[in-house]
Amino acid sequence: MTLLLDDEQRMLRDSAQQFLATRSPVSALRALRDRGDERGYDPEIWREMADLGWPAAVLPAEFGGLGVGYKGLGAVFEQVGRTLAATPLLSTVVLAGGLLAEAGSASQRDLWLPKIGAGEALLALAIDEAPRHDPTQVTLRAWREAGHWRLDGQKEFVLDGHVADRLIVVARSADAPGHRNGLSLFLVDPAAAGVQIERTWLVDSRHAARVRLARVQLDDAALIGAPDLAFDALDCVLDRARACVAAELLGVITEAFGRTVSYLKERVQFDVPIGSFQALQHRAARLYVEIELLRSCLAAALEAADAGADGAAALASLAKARASDLGERTLNEAVQMHGGVGVTDVLDIGLFLKRARVLQQAFGDGTFHRDRYASLRGL
Amino acid sequence: MSGIDEFRAEVRRWLEANCPASMRTPITNEEMVWGGSRVSFQNEDQRIWFERMRDRGWFAPDWPSACGGGGLGPREQRVLEQEMLALGCRLPQYNLGIWMLGPVLLEFGTAAQKSEHLPRMARGEVRWCQGFSEPNAGSDLASLRTAAVRDGDDFVVSGQKTWTSDGDKADWMYALVRTDPQAKKQQGISFIMVDMKSPGVTVRPIELISGKSGFCEVFFDGVRVPAKNVVGDINQGWGVAKRLLEHERAAMSKFTEGGAPSLDALVVAAPYLAGGGPVWRDRMAAALMDQHAFSLTARRLQEMALAREDVAGPGSIMKLVQSEQESAKYELLQQLMGHRGLSMEGEGFTADERAVCRLWLYTKSYTIAGGASEIQLNLIARRVLGLPA
Repeated sequence: MTLLLDDEQRMLRDSAQQFLATRSPVSALRALRDRGDERGYDPEIWREMADLGWPAAVLPAEFGGLGVGYKGLGAVFEQVGRTLAATPLLSTVVLAGGLLAEAGSASQRDLWLPKIGAGEALLALAIDEAPRHDPTQVTLRAWREAGHWRLDGQKEFVLDGHVADRLIVVARSADAPGHRNGLSLFLVDPAAAGVQIERTWLVDSRHAARVRLARVQLDDAALIGAPDLAFDALDCVLDRARACVAAELLGVITEAFGRTVSYLKERVQFDVPIGSFQALQHRAARLYVEIELLRSCLAAALEAADAGADGAAALASLAKARASDLGERTLNEAVQMHGGVGVTDVLDIGLFLKRARVLQQAFGDGTFHRDRYASLRGL
Repeated sequence: MSGIDEFRAEVRRWLEANCPASMRTPITNEEMVWGGSRVSFQNEDQRIWFERMRDRGWFAPDWPSACGGGGLGPREQRVLEQEMLALGCRLPQYNLGIWMLGPVLLEFGTAAQKSEHLPRMARGEVRWCQGFSEPNAGSDLASLRTAAVRDGDDFVVSGQKTWTSDGDKADWMYALVRTDPQAKKQQGISFIMVDMKSPGVTVRPIELISGKSGFCEVFFDGVRVPAKNVVGDINQGWGVAKRLLEHERAAMSKFTEGGAPSLDALVVAAPYLAGGGPVWRDRMAAALMDQHAFSLTARRLQEMALAREDVAGPGSIMKLVQSEQESAKYELLQQLMGHRGLSMEGEGFTADERAVCRLWLYTKSYTIAGGASEIQLNLIARRVLGLPA
């Protein structure tokens, strides 16, 4: 047990850094945006990422997993954050792949995990319905009818839902909203009758989907895991995703912070570099402090995810809360310290600001995760 | 089994056999044993544990045996620390001489200084205090003015030190004094060891906003100190002091590792949180999460140091974060207690309430002493981020 990366994880991180710097720098996201790309990611780059083994990183060994764990994959996410690379890693690999590996039947695993590992299939998790994340509040209904399942309801903020080959839909098959019990998972073909998918453009130039299910009929083979009892597996996989999002946020934060510190050294006003002003130095130093604290929390969250440790949930909330809040603060400071140019589109800082806000909302912001941490600590 | 594993097993056997059960419980501030000529024990177990660790050489486990230490290498020393932590063993004594001055004497001291001071230090016979700050030399320490004037084989020291922790209980002081008033600030300073029993030394405790404290003012009125007590070269004391302060972080961490001498915030807060609503719950969670983040960072630093990674960056944040978090914690608890957190000694208040009120005031000193938060931020900005002066 260690918070540091091992040699293999370091190699993965370094190769990710090199790959992203050349193949998917920030300018690649800008280009996707400027040409109004409807997929929101570049399939060619995704194929190259698959060749590097990223989508297989955390798969079970029998499906070609790399065995680098979430610490290894987290190191990749951090690099992804540094260049704002658009990838379906989170939706397809961490969320859908994770749920299928945790709770899927043998035939579901055999069918989908190899495709996920090879980067040949895209999947998305449809969970959020309300404006803010809260898994226990799921209301989308699932019920038995004439030997089939029926699903009816609406999902929002389905990351990569507009390009997914399959959706994993979280539905309420028993109990009232607010209960952990009564949730079920279904594998849904977006082409099935009654499924309507609407692409939504988010501020970070990437897309999510609004999904409407109108009495969609599914057979038992679509059910992932036992009915009504999906919450534990879901929460465990969500925690891994929260840790990975926190890792991506750390990358967004460190890159934006590094660019800001460089700017403080270059920008001359009143005949001196503005970075010589103590008012700015102390604000920058405070951000550095928070970044170091976040780095420790994140490493512990990823380590606990790999170990399946008891404290994994609290650590995921700790990391995601701090990353969400620090992303907000760092990027606000980054824009402010860049002055006028900070609010122009020509500078990349705005792209980091926008991405940080989307990641802040993904799977719970600081408020959600402080509340969750409080519950986990018995407050 | 490798050598280090054998050593670990041996250490564990020895600790299990020699550390009394009552010395394996969390320690409070009042139960800390401070070494020195006036060492006192509250019970027999404290004395036994003190003497056994002393005789094993484990007051200073990493010093050479010739200096009275345990002769352990860095890995072995870490194993000893880990095993003590795992068994919950208290530190047998608290001793700034060993933790701060000792390493500096090992590096800069003359053979005579080492043989005079280190073995006694390592046996816990001498209590040391620090004479750095002066009334007009706080954050700008190098502006200190306590003068040491050469007179034959002695220096004659005159001036005043302040914020000297436990100056009234110490046997010796290591101090910074000005030996060349003409030289530029940092260059005319020497590092000198003063026997507190010397004629002309007067110690006066300082009363804080929180009441009695360990801080003292120390006055020097023509105190004769042998010139052989200067550590390092004359007028080169600033560099010696900088080295010493590098050991401060490790020394301060002993106070938390040996069982944090502070209240368990969650337990203290529980009765006042009941019915307090979501805002208090959120503030409490945020405070606990800050503490969690700090302890994980301490762990990461330790792992980095063991892996020989550069810890200068993350290491630079620890004093700032710990002091601010402790202060913020008591600020929160005191407010959470409402008007019941407003008395340090009144009747009709619980011990927790009085303690929180006192600690709320006392921890104000944390972000000032040992390099104020503003100085810490300057250091991070300049040394870590490389921002221009």
